[in-house]
Amino acid sequence: MTVSTDRAAGAAAPSAPAAHPGRRRRSGAPGGALRTALEVLFFVGPALALFLVFVVWPIIRAAQFSLYRWKGFGPLTDFVGLDNYSTVLHNEVFTDAFTHNLFIVVGSVLLQMPLGLAIALLLNRRIRGQGLLRTIVFVPYVLAEVIASVVWLQLLQPEYGVIDSLLSSVGIAGPEQGWLGTPDYALWTVLVVLTWKYLGLAVLLFLAGLQGIPTDVVEAAQIDGASWWQVQRWITIPLLGPTLRVWAFLSMIGSLQLFDMVWVLTGGGPANSTTSMATFLVTEGTKRHNYGIAAAASVILFVVALVFALLYQLLVLRRDTHDRTRLARAGGGA
Amino acid sequence: MSRPLIDPDRDLGVPAPGDLRPRKRPRPSAAQGGGSPLVYVGALVVVALTLGPVLYAVLGGFRTNAQIAESPAGLPDPWVLDNYRRVLTGGTFWRYALNSAAVAVITTALVVVLGLMAAYPLARYRFRGRETLYVAFLVGLLFPATVAIIPLFILVTRDLQMGNTWWGVALPQAAFALPITVVILRPFLMAIPDELEEAALMDGASRVGFFFRVVVPLSGPGTVTVGVLAFVASWNAYLLPLLLLQGDMKTLPLGVADYSSQYSSDAAGVFAFTTVAMIPALVFFLAMQQRIVGGLQGAVKG
Repeated sequence: MTVSTDRAAGAAAPSAPAAHPGRRRRSGAPGGALRTALEVLFFVGPALALFLVFVVWPIIRAAQFSLYRWKGFGPLTDFVGLDNYSTVLHNEVFTDAFTHNLFIVVGSVLLQMPLGLAIALLLNRRIRGQGLLRTIVFVPYVLAEVIASVVWLQLLQPEYGVIDSLLSSVGIAGPEQGWLGTPDYALWTVLVVLTWKYLGLAVLLFLAGLQGIPTDVVEAAQIDGASWWQVQRWITIPLLGPTLRVWAFLSMIGSLQLFDMVWVLTGGGPANSTTSMATFLVTEGTKRHNYGIAAAASVILFVVALVFALLYQLLVLRRDTHDRTRLARAGGGA
Repeated sequence: MSRPLIDPDRDLGVPAPGDLRPRKRPRPSAAQGGGSPLVYVGALVVVALTLGPVLYAVLGGFRTNAQIAESPAGLPDPWVLDNYRRVLTGGTFWRYALNSAAVAVITTALVVVLGLMAAYPLARYRFRGRETLYVAFLVGLLFPATVAIIPLFILVTRDLQMGNTWWGVALPQAAFALPITVVILRPFLMAIPDELEEAALMDGASRVGFFFRVVVPLSGPGTVTVGVLAFVASWNAYLLPLLLLQGDMKTLPLGVADYSSQYSSDAAGVFAFTTVAMIPALVFFLAMQQRIVGGLQGAVKG
C-alpha cells in the first residue's frame, strides 16, 4: 500500500504520460464500446460541462463582443467589425498600458533573476536554520497580492510612512506626492513591491533546481582546484539554465496579466502612469460599460500572451528540448 | 573534461511532487560552502527585507495612530490591543472570512472531485478522441480568467442569476483551475500499476468500482497538491470576486482593500485588519508547506 502510493507520487514525471496507450485490452463483449462511452461520459462529463460553460463559452463571447458596439443592454445588433480593435490600438491609454506591461515583464526578470539566484546560492550553503530561512523567504508569495499591496500602501505613505521616514533619517527626501503618487516613480515602485512579493517563488524554484545538480560534477571541479565562485559560475549556474528559463516564462506570463497589485496600489494612476492591459479592460468594462472595447482589449491581451509564449517556446525553451535530445543521444552512444 | 553528461530527465532540475522534503545530505559536500559570518549577514539582510513589511504591519496593529505618526519606525509603546479587538469583535471580518472560506472550500471540492474523475479515463481508458479531449483541457492553460472576465461577469450575473453568491464565484474559479488539475493528476493515475487493475477486474470489480475503491485512495498525494493549489488561489483571488460580490458577500481580499481605502488615515486599524486577514493563509501555508512547494514545483515541471 505504502509502496504503491510512493510509486504513484514518484512517477509523476512528464515522461510517464502517453507511453502506453496500447496496453488497455479491448472489451470484447457486445455493448463494450457503448459501456466504455457511457463510463467516459460519466467521469469526464461534469468537468467538461463546467469547462465549456465557464471557460470556453465566455472566451467565445469575448471574441464575439469585440465585434460589436455594446453598452451591455439589449441584444447585440450594432456590428462594427474590427472598429473596436482599431479604437483600442489607437488609444494612448492602452498603448501606454501595453508599454507598462512590457516594462514589468523585463524589469521583473532583470531584477528577480540575479536577486533570486544570489539568495538561492546563499541559502544552498550549509548554514544553520536553513529550513526556517526557506520558509521565511517564501512568506510574501503566500500572501494575497491585495494584502501585500495594502501593507505596502501604508509603508509608502508620503512623509509619514515608515519608508519615507527611514529615508529622511539618512538624508534622502521622498517625493512630495509619495513614491506612488509621482508619475515618474510610480511604476518603478510597483515593480519593487512586485519583486518583494514574487522573489520567494524564484528562490524556491532555483533552490529546487540546485538540488538536482549532481554533486559528483561539482566535486570533480573542486578536486581540480576550482574556487566556490568558479564552481557556481561555470557549473551550477549553467546547469540551472533550464530552471531559470522555465521560471522566466512563468514570470513573463504573470506580468502580462498584472492586475491586483496595480488596482490596489495606484488604481492605474497617477495620470495613467501605471495602467496595465488588465486594468484598462476592467475599467472600460465595469466603469464605462464599453463592453465591446473591453472585449477587444482582452482578445489583444490574449494574443499578446500567446505570441509571447510561442516566441519564447521557439527561441528559448526549444534549446532545452534540443539539448535534451542531444544529451540523450550522446548518453546512448557512449 | 568534456561537457558533463547528465540524466536528461533531470535537467529541469526540479524534483517530482511528493519527492520534495529538503533532505539532509549524508555527506556534507563542500560544494555548498560553509557558513562564514558574511553568509549569515547576507541571510539576515534577506530575512529583514522579506519579513520587515509583514512584521511592521503586525506591530503597527499594536500601536495607536498617534504613535505611528510620531515615530513611524518605532515599536509599540505602550502596546495597544484596541485595534485588534475592534477587528475581531466588529463582525465584518468574520463575515468576510466566512465568505472566503466557503468560496475556497466549494472551489476546492469541485476541482478535486471533477478533476480526479476527468483525469481517470484520460489516464487509463482507451477510446477514440482521448488525446483530443486531453489537449482541449491543455489549451485551457493558455486562457487566464482575465481574458474572459467581462463575459464571465455577464454570464454569472445575468444569465445564471448567481451574481452575489458563493457558487457564482466558485464555479468559474473551479473551471479555470481544471486544466492544471487534469495536467497534474493524469500522470499520477497513469502511474498506478496495471497489475492492480487486472487483479481488481479479476475479482469482479468494474472499472467504475476500481476507480472508487483503488484509484481514489491511491491518488492522495496528487489530489492534496491540486487541492492546496486551488484553495490558495481561491483564498487570494481578487478580480473575479471584485466584479461579482458586493456588501455582505465580500471575501477577505475585497474587505481588506475596502478597509484600506475607506480608513486610509487609520493606519493602525488597517494594519490590524490586514494582519488578522493574513493569518489564515499563513497558518494554512505552514501546515501544508511541503504540499504547496511540491505542487508549485510539479506545476513548473509539467
